[in-house]
Amino acid sequence: MASTMLSLASTTPSASLSTQEILKGKARLGSGRVGTLLNKEKGNPFIKAKSFGRISMTAAVNVSRFEGVAMAPPDPILGVSEAFRADTDVKKLNLGVGAYRTEELQPYVLDVVKKAENLMLERGENKEYLAIEGLAAFNKATAELLFGADNPVIKQQRVATVQGLSGTGSLRLAAAFIERYFPGAQVLISSPTWGNHKNIFNDARVPWSEYRYYDPKTVGLDFEGMISDIKAAPEGSFVLLHGCAHNPTGIDPTPEQWEKISDAIQEKNHIPFFDVAYQGFASGSLDADASSVRLFAARGMELFIAQSYSKNLGLYAERIGAINVVCSSSDAAARVKSQLKRIARPMYSNPPVHGARIVANVVGDPALFNEWKAEMEMMAGRIKNVRQKLFDSLSAKDKSGKDWSFILKQIGMFSFTGLNKTQSENMTNKWHVYLTKDGRISLAGLSLAKCEYLADAIIDSYHNVS
Amino acid sequence: MWKCFSTRTSRCFSTSASNKALKWWDHVAPAPKDPITSVTEAFLADTSPTKINLGVGAYRDDEGKPVVLQCVKEAEAKIAGCDFLESVSSAVSSKLVEESVKLVYGKNSDIIKEGRFAGVQALSGTGACRLFAEFQRRFYPESQIYMTDPTWSNHHNIWRDALVPERTFHYYHPDSKGLDFSALLDDVKNAPDGSFFLLHPCAHNPTGVDPTEEQWREISYLFKVKNHFPFFDMAYQGFASGDLDRDARSIQIFVEDGNVIGCAQSFAKNMGLYGHRVGCLNVLCNDAKQAVAIKSQLQQIARAMYSSPPIHGILLVSGILSDPNMKALWVKEVKAMANRIQSLRTTLRKSLEQLSSPLNWEHITNQVGMFCFSGLTPEQVDLLLREFHIYMTLDGRMSMAGVTTGNVNYLANAIHEVTKFG
Repeated sequence: MASTMLSLASTTPSASLSTQEILKGKARLGSGRVGTLLNKEKGNPFIKAKSFGRISMTAAVNVSRFEGVAMAPPDPILGVSEAFRADTDVKKLNLGVGAYRTEELQPYVLDVVKKAENLMLERGENKEYLAIEGLAAFNKATAELLFGADNPVIKQQRVATVQGLSGTGSLRLAAAFIERYFPGAQVLISSPTWGNHKNIFNDARVPWSEYRYYDPKTVGLDFEGMISDIKAAPEGSFVLLHGCAHNPTGIDPTPEQWEKISDAIQEKNHIPFFDVAYQGFASGSLDADASSVRLFAARGMELFIAQSYSKNLGLYAERIGAINVVCSSSDAAARVKSQLKRIARPMYSNPPVHGARIVANVVGDPALFNEWKAEMEMMAGRIKNVRQKLFDSLSAKDKSGKDWSFILKQIGMFSFTGLNKTQSENMTNKWHVYLTKDGRISLAGLSLAKCEYLADAIIDSYHNVS
Repeated sequence: MWKCFSTRTSRCFSTSASNKALKWWDHVAPAPKDPITSVTEAFLADTSPTKINLGVGAYRDDEGKPVVLQCVKEAEAKIAGCDFLESVSSAVSSKLVEESVKLVYGKNSDIIKEGRFAGVQALSGTGACRLFAEFQRRFYPESQIYMTDPTWSNHHNIWRDALVPERTFHYYHPDSKGLDFSALLDDVKNAPDGSFFLLHPCAHNPTGVDPTEEQWREISYLFKVKNHFPFFDMAYQGFASGDLDRDARSIQIFVEDGNVIGCAQSFAKNMGLYGHRVGCLNVLCNDAKQAVAIKSQLQQIARAMYSSPPIHGILLVSGILSDPNMKALWVKEVKAMANRIQSLRTTLRKSLEQLSSPLNWEHITNQVGMFCFSGLTPEQVDLLLREFHIYMTLDGRMSMAGVTTGNVNYLANAIHEVTKFG
């Protein structure tokens, strides 16, 4: 029954749209332009206001209901990669990417992953649904990796572990849980932090505020500011901490500082919430990189920990991670786990199987596990080497006497160079070095061969541009 | 090195701060079990050799075993050891979306040629529905969603968690065990203009009751007049008639009538990719420019939920759909799955009739797709579980995919036993 000019057959009179009807986004064919959606009272930021006009409809097709949908702002990090791809200069260098590259600046598939996948292919495993909480073997392996297999929290079954879609998905499950069970509680996030943290808490409707973290004067940690802000927050807030290799700054608290952070959190009865996206990638040791989390757990605190295997196993695209909630009793852990499942079911029903199997196979096989540890050390080692080379180049070339040692003190994939927005733009425009506007570079995208060039670019941008 | 700094390992449960911490989770009650997955859990725990799982809608072969389709095995072999893709590159993701929407609109559709749709991959059908529900609330914050009575249980959870209130509309007629068509039309008519409706384009879950093509035409016309928004959840394309194109016919009728629609697709069942979570969401738009805007919003919703979808399933699906030979093989395999289910429907009905059951079992063969809404009461369902170790959801929904030539007689006998007294 294809229609051309459709006469209205509805029971209500086809009068011109009242403002009320426009505001509610309702539309009638034949009487006006459809889809004006203006929600002034709620100030919906997603809808662009359009003026109401009258164009008679002759099209056979109903006009889209989503006429007023504005273009979402582009992702700041992806934009860097796109601009890099478009650049034709041979000297170009992409330090925006948060993904590990070899010395030849190629993506790297870990050998253990290839081996695990071959094993899986040979076994010809089925593709049935996982349980809502994910693959049991994976959940066991991931909790043990985080806490150590003989940790009391594991032995006493006090950890609720649910497989999630990498770090993002795991954070979102936790955020939804916080919104549901701690309505009104806020999350304190570091200033700065990974860009997507805010999106996650916003969409989960969890209020957040920032604690001081990065000190531009020292290009280091504003420890006093951090402690002060944690203590000033309302009791029972959630404090989002990066377990190791802080993103974007690369600045981690020292062990003594972690103790004091834990003191402050306990004093205010806050809940620590760790984002562990780089376990193994910071120091090269999986255990050492988990020490901040283990310190908090050892104090008997209850805490949230989101994990990701995107970087340390190179499983970026498989979306494999977990949310862990350490509770004071196994009964509480069971209840918390059941509610996390209830949040996951209407989001995606059950998590993807492939990445979980890879992790379970790698961690579960002693030979593969040892191989993984070695590859981990190699990757972290390469990053430490480029840091050293970059520092050496900067110190040798820069005659101003500026202290560049923060490059060595920072850890993990990223470094905050201390360059401001204009200086960062100079890096790109003049030197074809791509980084994010906050001055963050990814050491994972840097080769030894390019360190000297990068040093020249940084020195020029720092001294000659304001 | 760390040991010298852990001076407070003994601080456990003794300070007032920790005592307060003990109270954090007291108010967290145990969640009720999911009505569908809990059936499988109970089934797995059962040690009876005669047990049958008619719970979850997952296909089984005639031995009751899960199946990995041949086309999938071939696709797996192809991608093993291939150049690794770090995150879902736009090339790969567009390929999946392109091929998926061809299944919905037909490969020669103008919609595809003109780019008049916003399409994104999604975490199977659930993820596609959730993305849409969030999108609906973001841009129509006052709107509701009309769902069939009954519908898949998780639909209620999805729109509820997206904070979109739901209403139901008449669908299933318990007396006829068929469609309550006139009540359905009344509800569509009486809903406020411009309402959002959730429709099953084929193989309705849980009832297996689908409108006829003529009935779909009437519904579509009414939708057009009322300017309602139809959102289709297509989880079983290919399972209703065995023919993928035919199963998408209802959607195409709506589109031909000029309705502007949205559609969630799942590859869990028809490609057997359950655990890989691969599906697609598309929303029809006025033009390609609007499509870009809407897609950007959908991606932004996804970004804060899981960033990007898992790649393995995407590679399998796009590999199969873009290779003519593999796609042809897939089409055959879907038909075979649908045929097996169809033949067991016939066998089950015949067996019950041969047992001189006092009840009418026509609906077993009238209903289509994976499920049969048996009409069994919760008491009868419970009896089947306890006496016969036969598992299904309490609403009497049986997944026919779990029926085999080996167990159909046992099943018929069991159903007869619990129903012979009416």
